[in-house]
Formats: sequence, C-alpha cells, structure tokens
Amino acid sequence: MKPSEKKALKIAACKVRMGIVEGVYHAKSGHPGGSLSAAEIFTYLYFREMNVDPRDPKKNDRDRFVLSKGHTCPGLYAALALKGYFPQEELKKLRHTGALLQGHPDMKTIPGIDMSTGSLGQGISAACGMAVAGKMDHSQYRVYCLLGDGEIDEGQVWEASMFAAHHNLDNLCLIIDNNGLQIDGPVEEVAGPGPIDEKFKSFGFDVQTIDGHDFDAIEAAFDHAKTVKGKPCAVVVKTVKGKGVSFMENQVGWHGKAPNDEQYQTAMQELNAVLAGLEAE
Amino acid sequence: MAEMVKKATRESYGLAIAELGEKYPQIVVLDADLAEATKSVFFKEKYPERFIDCGIAECNMVGVAAGLATCGKIPFANSFAMFSAGRAFEQVRNSVGYPHLNVKVVGSHAGISVGEDGATHQCLEDIALMRSIPGMVVLNPADHYEMRAAVKAAVEYQGPVYLRLGRLAVESFNNSDDYKFEIGKGITLREGKDVTIVATGLMVSRALEAVKSLENQGIDARLINIHTIKPIDRDIIVKAAKETGRIITVEEHNVIGGLGDAVCSVLSEEYPAPVTKIGVNDQFGHSGPAGEMLEVYGLCASHIEEVTKKVLAK
Repeated sequence: MKPSEKKALKIAACKVRMGIVEGVYHAKSGHPGGSLSAAEIFTYLYFREMNVDPRDPKKNDRDRFVLSKGHTCPGLYAALALKGYFPQEELKKLRHTGALLQGHPDMKTIPGIDMSTGSLGQGISAACGMAVAGKMDHSQYRVYCLLGDGEIDEGQVWEASMFAAHHNLDNLCLIIDNNGLQIDGPVEEVAGPGPIDEKFKSFGFDVQTIDGHDFDAIEAAFDHAKTVKGKPCAVVVKTVKGKGVSFMENQVGWHGKAPNDEQYQTAMQELNAVLAGLEAE
Repeated sequence: MAEMVKKATRESYGLAIAELGEKYPQIVVLDADLAEATKSVFFKEKYPERFIDCGIAECNMVGVAAGLATCGKIPFANSFAMFSAGRAFEQVRNSVGYPHLNVKVVGSHAGISVGEDGATHQCLEDIALMRSIPGMVVLNPADHYEMRAAVKAAVEYQGPVYLRLGRLAVESFNNSDDYKFEIGKGITLREGKDVTIVATGLMVSRALEAVKSLENQGIDARLINIHTIKPIDRDIIVKAAKETGRIITVEEHNVIGGLGDAVCSVLSEEYPAPVTKIGVNDQFGHSGPAGEMLEVYGLCASHIEEVTKKVLAK
C-alpha cells in the first residue's frame, strides 16, 4: 500500500467515525462502541477490498458483505454513504420514523445492504448461503461477514462454521471484531467464548489474528485470505471498542448509548482534529 | 384422468420437487439429516450437486437458504415441521420473512399423525407460527395431486412460502394431473346448504368421508378444502356463512392459531356466524400409531360427523 493510499484510508476511516457519531447522536440511540471498533474494517472493505459499485448495488458478480453483528450498522451506513450509495444526510435520520436507515440493516430498502441482519448469529448462515451459491455458479465473488466477539456466544455461529468448513467455502472470509466487550461486560466474563482463534481453527478455518486498526495488517490478512484454498478464513481483529472517541474507548457503557449534546461536541471536535492532522500530513 | 393413488403428501412433494428440478435449475434443496423421511432424497438422487445436507442444524439451514435466495436460487429448506417451523421460527421470521426472500420452508411430519414418535415430534403449532409472519404464504395440501400442484405453485411464486407435509398415506380424492391449484383459492368439494365444513390438509379426506355419510342421513353439508391458510380465501368462507349459517373447521393442528382461528377472523370482520373448531384442543399429543392418534384426538370422520349433528341440533 502506498503512503498516499494509506492516508486516504485513514481519512476515510475518520469520516466513517464521524458518520457513526453523527448518526447515533441524531438517532438518540444506537450502538457506537462496536461501530467505532470496526471503522477500519468497514473502510478497508468498501474502499479497497471489495468489488462493489454504488451505482449498481445489486450487480451479480459483486463481492458480498454481511454484517452479522447488525447493531453496528451506523458504521456500515457511514461507509456506504461515504462510498456514495445514498446521501450523507440520511445518516442524520438514522432510526427516525419513515427514514431510509433502519436500526438494523434492511436489504429490502437500503442500497448496498446484501442481507437483513440484527438478530445475532444469523448473518453468518446467510453468508454461507451466498458463498455456496457462488460455488454452484462458478462465480468469482467473495463473501465477507463481520461478527462480534460477543455474538459468537450464539450456537448458530458454530453450526454455520461447521457448514463453511464442510463445504470448503474458501470464498468466505469471516471477520471477528474482538473488541472484548459485550452488553453485560467483558466477553470473557460474560460467557467466555475464547480462545476465539483456536475455536475457529478447530472448526476447520484458516485463522489470522491481527490489529484491527492497522491498515497494513488488514491488507496483509485479506491478501492472505485470498490465497487460501479449500477452507474458509477467519480474521480475528483485535480492536478497541469505541475507538477514536476518547471517552468511549474500552467503556462497556458505550455499547448501546447515544452521546448527549456536550458529548457529541467533544467527540466531533476530537475527530475533526484527527481529520485535520491527517489531511495536513 | 390419472389413477387414484394412496401416498403421503411428503412423498408427493418429494416426487414433485425432483421433477421440477429439471425445468428450474435455480431450485436448491436443503435438508437437516432427514432426507429419507422428508423425501427430499428424491431430489438428492437426481440432482446431488443442488442438494445440501446441512446436518442436524435447522437454524443454520434456514439462514443458508436465505443467503442462497439473495443470489437468485429457489431454496427449499426441509425438516420435520417441529424443527423447520418450530425450532428455526426466528430464523424464518428474521432471515426469510423480514427480507421477504424467495425461500420455501418445508415442514414434513406435521401434526399428530407422526404417531409413535410422540409429543416432541408432533407439531401442532406450525400453522400458527408461520401465518403470524408478515408476507408468508402458508400451504397445507390435502392429497397427492394437490401437493404436486402446490409445489409447482410454490416454485413459481416469488416470495416466502411455508409448505406443510404429512407423514401418513392418504387416498387421493382429486384424481387428475389437470387439477387446478391457485394460491389463496379455496375449493368447494361438495355443495350443501345445511352447514359448511371447512377442512385442511390430511383432514380433508376425513371430512369428505363424513360428508358422504351425513348425506346418507339426509344432512346436506358443504365441504370446502382450504389448501392455502394464508392468504385465506375470504370470499368462499363468507359465502358459505351467508348460505349455510353454521361453520365447522377441521384441522390437524392446535385449535389455537390455525385454520379455525383464520376462519373466525374472517367471519368476525365480515359476517359473524357461529364457528365450531375441530382440532387438537390445546394439548400435547402422545405416542401411538397414527390412525389411533387421530381417533383419540377426534380427528376422524366419525367425530366430524358427530360434531356436525350436534351443531345442527343446537
């Protein structure tokens, strides 16, 4: 990755974070913590990795993305808006009555959403279905699916994981956002899904563990995933919940809460300062 | 005219889907380790490359079917009704119903006539569950020819469908491959003016038997076959209430949430009339041969006859 490309990605990720704060603030509800932790992943997927076209959101050969942790759609919506799927202004109407952007992704109406998700553990199965369809049709598209580390408490995740390995779905790449927190507390204290990497390995996945905020690491991981044949990939991304907004970082309380006026101003000031710094580089 | 056949609707389904596989290359059949029982095995034998055994993991199966549908496939997800409609209800609701995907959820071995396996496998709630999902079509065909036609209609219909299959062999009363099936249209099998019996699925042949016997006793009962529980044929029900006054519904399902309630809902809104519901009266089943179970729970011609006479005597 050229320095200029990395800079562009960092700027985009910062704008995605601003979109998240903007959306959740105006919605007066929603899930900023896990949206912010995945900002680099959303950014990398939509601005570097995936074959997608906002002018033709349903094109047959597109790569698919399933946000299995659907509650973090403020991050996905911010990335889609930045990519041009719908106007940025829609972010300010997130969760409002009659608005385009639903509290969880709705594929029927929102351009760029490949699967309706929100009930945890279900997106990964749909992603498996898309990957199988790709194999049946000898299509070259890849399927990316983002899961939460709390979400993998769901038994369906492991049903789907067995399925993916059994069917050698090497066109499927899971990303597990390992930000370490879920609603009731640290994931290891709530129901202890770890060791996450070993579990996916034992289910037949090629597993990588990376820093989910480092674009070089993300690039290397996705590039490697494309070379894996005969089995699905899982990239465990170590992240900081609430990343980029100082008072939200690593705070379980910011899983599903909107900032008040003052917090909103603080968050936007912080992000604007980061943006200005990046642009001045 | 084709011959009268005695087949379980699950077998008629299996034959139909295997046959339709040729004309519709988009059909993909999924099962959850019950292909021999659900008869999806017929498709598996013919089109192994379009058959996916998901193992004993119904929730994932429904999700995989949803993903396939987003890519233009027509997936049929098979298991016993208890598991495809019951265990995976929330997956059907959120991954299929909400995005209105073109997935066909198939529930075989529905009702008390599963028999010996007993209460854990006798699904008496699937119709209630599936009809509560917005946009879901609910089909419960009654015999071989109706099932074949229903499977074809389900393939041609764009959107989510729940298809209910029975384990028990049933003698066909439709006897032609030309049998016309239209989603949402009830069928008047017998005209009559004293009372109307509205039946669905396995109970249609039982009701037909009852109606014939009642006729010999001078009772002129109308018989309506409701193969589509949702969207239900409002016109045929309202017309029957207007012309015969009293309605009796018959279903191999809990009396809560099934055909009887669907009929009551139509009548209470459009033409209030007394409705007597024959079904399983908010109970669990138990083990025993299917025929005996149907007798025990009053899902037989003699009980339909008895109830009809009581209703007319009121």
